[in-house]
Amino acid sequence: MAHLSLKTLFGVVVAGVVGWYLFIADTAADNDFIGGIGDLLSGIAELPSLVFDGSAYTSFWSFMADDEGFGEILRTTVDHAQLVLASMFWAVIIAIGLGILVNRVRSLAGFVVGVSSILLTIPSLAAFAILISVSFIGIGDRGPIIALTAYSILPVLRNTVTGLEGVDRAVVESAKGMGLAPFQRLVRVELPLAWPVILTGIRIATLLNVGIAAIAVLVGGSGLGHYINDGLTRYPNPGSVERMWVGVLWTIALALVFDLLFGIIRKLTTPKGLR
Amino acid sequence: MVDLERHAGTVDESDLESIETEAAAKDPASSDIYAAVANNIRLLVTPAIIVALSVILYTYVTTFLDSDSAIFQDERSLDWERNLKPQLQQHLSLAIWSTVFVILLAVPLGVWLTRPKYKRFGGPVLAVATSGQATPAFGLLILAFAWLGRGPWTVVWALTLFSILPVLRNTMVGLEQVNPSVIEAGKGMGLTDRQVLRQVEIPLAVPIILAGVRTALIINVGMATLAFLIGGGGLGVTISSGLKLGRDVVVITGAGLTAIIALSVDWIASVIERALRPRGL
Repeated sequence: MAHLSLKTLFGVVVAGVVGWYLFIADTAADNDFIGGIGDLLSGIAELPSLVFDGSAYTSFWSFMADDEGFGEILRTTVDHAQLVLASMFWAVIIAIGLGILVNRVRSLAGFVVGVSSILLTIPSLAAFAILISVSFIGIGDRGPIIALTAYSILPVLRNTVTGLEGVDRAVVESAKGMGLAPFQRLVRVELPLAWPVILTGIRIATLLNVGIAAIAVLVGGSGLGHYINDGLTRYPNPGSVERMWVGVLWTIALALVFDLLFGIIRKLTTPKGLR
Repeated sequence: MVDLERHAGTVDESDLESIETEAAAKDPASSDIYAAVANNIRLLVTPAIIVALSVILYTYVTTFLDSDSAIFQDERSLDWERNLKPQLQQHLSLAIWSTVFVILLAVPLGVWLTRPKYKRFGGPVLAVATSGQATPAFGLLILAFAWLGRGPWTVVWALTLFSILPVLRNTMVGLEQVNPSVIEAGKGMGLTDRQVLRQVEIPLAVPIILAGVRTALIINVGMATLAFLIGGGGLGVTISSGLKLGRDVVVITGAGLTAIIALSVDWIASVIERALRPRGL
């Protein structure tokens, strides 16, 4: 039975693709499949020559050092980080609040987690673009910050719920026995014990946001997406590919820095007994 | 390289489980009660949201186009036969093709990397794939353009590369969580290694692999919105022309349709995921 289902999966995939192209897509003729594979193969074939092309590295370096200057890149990186941090600030407040609410009112858990996970399926450019048309948001960073906040709620919320659930009932009971009020129990016992798990959620949401924030440039936002987009609009003029790489590599670097910071925060803020 | 390894090294078991959620996938084997409830609620709420969104969007667009504030460009960009329908088809075919290639690449690779002989490559490959996830999809798409040129196929290759991780990871995790005693039992029944893989291990891993496939599909539908940047078509074309013209109605239609498509694909995928789950699990 189980074996059959794998075949069914394969059958569904194949039937879906074939059916799509036979019956639905009028545009099938435009999509030259063989040509696409050919382009990929010739691209792979010239990959070694691209990787070992020393002049590309020197021109990339001189672009960063001379043409653009580290100062400008750093400023853009800081803008990018601000986008991420602003959205994470709101997301953490909302998600931890919701997580505590869900922990107290258990029947809400499925609904809140379900709805916040639906938010994540909405493509980022669509979310950014829809927010532009809201009158008080408009073009700029405000829309991306709101969308990024919405995207970050689920990871933080889910981990808050999991973390609070993982707190040993016996510990909570003994806190009760010591005469701690519900709010004191929450702040002094439950949240500290759940904190490592919550922090993991915050970290994952932050890393996710660093990547998505690069798209903000398409709706007039700031951040490292500017370099990627400039590279695209200037292509194939000199300096365009360097711009793309600056955008991509500094975004990755920013993610690594955030990751490193979270490692340090985790060490510093984990309660002694949990280490 | 050192940085990459360090970065990957910090991703532990609990992280992996949460990363899962970032593209809205649920591990069906998860014991979380609320997760199961959340999945059920998604299954019920999503169609309601899709219908509501579609009705609102349709009413808004038709009333707007009939009103005096509509201009020639609005009607032109929102022409169903000429623009929206082909873009919708392009969008879906970009997402479907890249998902097909992801399955074709990642499932065999995941199986190969969990065989005893090649197991030692598993960790490093997963580490590289995980840190590759820090690459912004937008940047990856543009770099793919500089490398392979314009067109929908470049988009497909970039998306394939970007969304390979969830399927690869879930294939490996799914195969590794199979109870060793079940494998032993299979061997004891006289099955060869190949038969154990095909008849015992893969069927038991199918739910987790499918969750990964669904994650990849959702990532691909989302990122196909950016395909317009490098001549790949898709509904991003309408969003971008609306932004260029400064016409809210065009932007809202493009973005709304994209959201409706993403939600529908997610819903259909979760229904298929349920239907394909081997019985008895």
